[in-house]
Amino acid sequence: MLTIHHLYADMMNLYGDRGNVISIRKRCEWRGIPVEVVDVGLGERVRPTGCDLFLFGGGQDREQALLADDLSGSKGADLRAVVEDGGVVLGVCGGYQLMGHSYLTPEGEKLPGVGIFDLHTEPRKPDEARLIGNVLVDVEAPETAEVRQVVGFENHGGRTYLGDCEPLGRVISGYGNNGKDGTEGARRLNAYGTYLHGSLLPKNPWLTDQLIHSALRREDESFELQPLDDTAERRAFESVSAQLPGHR
Amino acid sequence: MSAALDPRLSAAIFFARAAQLASRTLKRGGGSTIPGVVARRIDPKILTKLSKRLPLGSAAITGTNGKTTTTHMVGKILQTAGLRAVNNSTGANLVTGVTAAVVRDASLSGKPLSEMGLFEVDEANVPRVAAEAELKILAVLNLFRDQLDRYGELAYTGKVIASAFADLPRAGAVVLNADDPLVASLGGATSNPVFYGVDAPGLDTGRLQHVADSKACPICGTPLDYEAVYMGHIGVYRCPRGDFSRPPLAYRASRVSLEGARGSTFLLKTPKGESEAKITLPGLYNVYNALAAAAVAGEAGVGLDAVVRGISEFGGAFGRVERIKAGDREAFLLLIKNPVGFNEILRTFITDADARNVLIAINDNDADGRDVSWLWDVDFEMLADAGAEDETEISPFTVSGLRANDMAVRLKYADLPVGPVIPDRKEAIKTALEATPPGETLYVLPTYTAMLEIRKALGDMGYTHQFWEDG
Ligand SMILES: [Zn+2]
Repeated sequence: MLTIHHLYADMMNLYGDRGNVISIRKRCEWRGIPVEVVDVGLGERVRPTGCDLFLFGGGQDREQALLADDLSGSKGADLRAVVEDGGVVLGVCGGYQLMGHSYLTPEGEKLPGVGIFDLHTEPRKPDEARLIGNVLVDVEAPETAEVRQVVGFENHGGRTYLGDCEPLGRVISGYGNNGKDGTEGARRLNAYGTYLHGSLLPKNPWLTDQLIHSALRREDESFELQPLDDTAERRAFESVSAQLPGHR
Repeated sequence: MSAALDPRLSAAIFFARAAQLASRTLKRGGGSTIPGVVARRIDPKILTKLSKRLPLGSAAITGTNGKTTTTHMVGKILQTAGLRAVNNSTGANLVTGVTAAVVRDASLSGKPLSEMGLFEVDEANVPRVAAEAELKILAVLNLFRDQLDRYGELAYTGKVIASAFADLPRAGAVVLNADDPLVASLGGATSNPVFYGVDAPGLDTGRLQHVADSKACPICGTPLDYEAVYMGHIGVYRCPRGDFSRPPLAYRASRVSLEGARGSTFLLKTPKGESEAKITLPGLYNVYNALAAAAVAGEAGVGLDAVVRGISEFGGAFGRVERIKAGDREAFLLLIKNPVGFNEILRTFITDADARNVLIAINDNDADGRDVSWLWDVDFEMLADAGAEDETEISPFTVSGLRANDMAVRLKYADLPVGPVIPDRKEAIKTALEATPPGETLYVLPTYTAMLEIRKALGDMGYTHQFWEDG
């Protein structure tokens, strides 16, 4: 049984984050792997069951402040412990930003993050635009070191700068963390952060499978996933990536 | 009122007319804003000058969904009451479009033909229009995630709109949808909020659709408790901490009965009394549009009889819903704008009315929204659930558009059958019509630019006879 812990599902569901939950759930169900989705709201603790996948989606600024507050105590510490222990976490957009050290709001308020990744986020300057559009990223698949491509859509004002932290991938087309250094997202052990939202997992099923695989491996070291027919997903990937410069 | 001679104003009107004529002659289209641009260049104060001369002042209507329908409904009510209003046309809802409308309505000396201004205004343009157009009434219908990539986030859009309230005269009314928490919260920024909403416990969907928008308390950010959820985040709610709840209603619809494609009936309560009301447009969202129209007209001083007659006689405006005769079949075009609208259409036509032939066409051009991740917020699972309940087989959907493949994946993950995937819109409508049995209706669910393409393709096939349309 895989438990999906959907953090702040009721508040942080901008940009179709629900698509990521549906992707994981369906790809498990089609393989006969039972799944439970647990919503973790404000004031509620995370309760790992041993085979877990934590999803942390994006929200609006007002919610970010509330969440930063909620995460400042034991909940944040629990999440850090989950990551150190090799637990699987995916943070998208606002959730990703809060997985760093700090997030400076456009109003100048400095919100503390959980500190899973060594990174911080600054607001855009008045003369800078929001970073919006389709993104193509080269991502190294951790187990095989094979470089694979991921597509998504980004829409963020904040600029994220990595410290001593590995990026999730290299931007081929789009902006990524800050539009300057060519990095996108962050990765540490089995924790992933990215600005690619919404339809991230639906169109990149290998990444979905990797999250599921890592989570189930923690329960059973010899666990292997059955392959699925991903023709439709591949077509959706290609219909976007083929229009972006630098695709292969 | 005789206008004092103002040479600059007259020149602006003259050259705007000339520009309009030229753009029509050149068939460039877009003729609806160019005169506004020209007139403003010659006389930057033209909108204020002409608005001041409208005897009953002006009303503006803004919000994500329903602007066009609501504005036209108010127009119909005013007409019923014997009043003439000047209207900006769909697609011209920026300050230039509003200017073009009042210029078109004025004589060369600057005398308006109409008694009242009635404008649909894009959310981000509300402050400029309010500052210039001497609004007496400003209505905010709802705020849904729709133009997020253009305007940033919803709360910000709310703030932008609220910043315009100070430009209304002391007796001016701000008409607000009480059932949309973010819109209702804007009432704090005005001394004269007028709230409208729906009391219909029977229409509670029992769950929040998975559309985030604004389900958090606008005061403290805590998730709201909902007594009823009608669609998206629209419903009857309160903050568990007690600092905010749905405000009392001045205009209210109760005993709402939705009768599918035929329309709806409800009991309309207003400060001037109550009456049974009927509309011929489908879906709960049009009940909201009618309520908003009733509130705007009511605040403009129109009596209840004219309000009820106006909304019942309103047949629709161009754009949203169209029925086109296609030989011995029929194409029913329903514009898809965002997840909430999509859910309403699925509920009204596919689940309840049992539509069997469906074409979905998703484009991601600027006018459609470039980000298609919202498809995952649409509750397609309700179709699979409904199918399982009735043990009926759901007919496969044909999918088209630049993002046809994204749509196909979405359906796959809702366990719904995917029919032909035909990205080309022209080919798709042709194939889907051929697959529709004679005498039956093909339901076409396109995003904005896909709708334009499909409508054109139908025209090229010789099918232009519309027998019903609505905005
Ligand atoms: Zn509150």
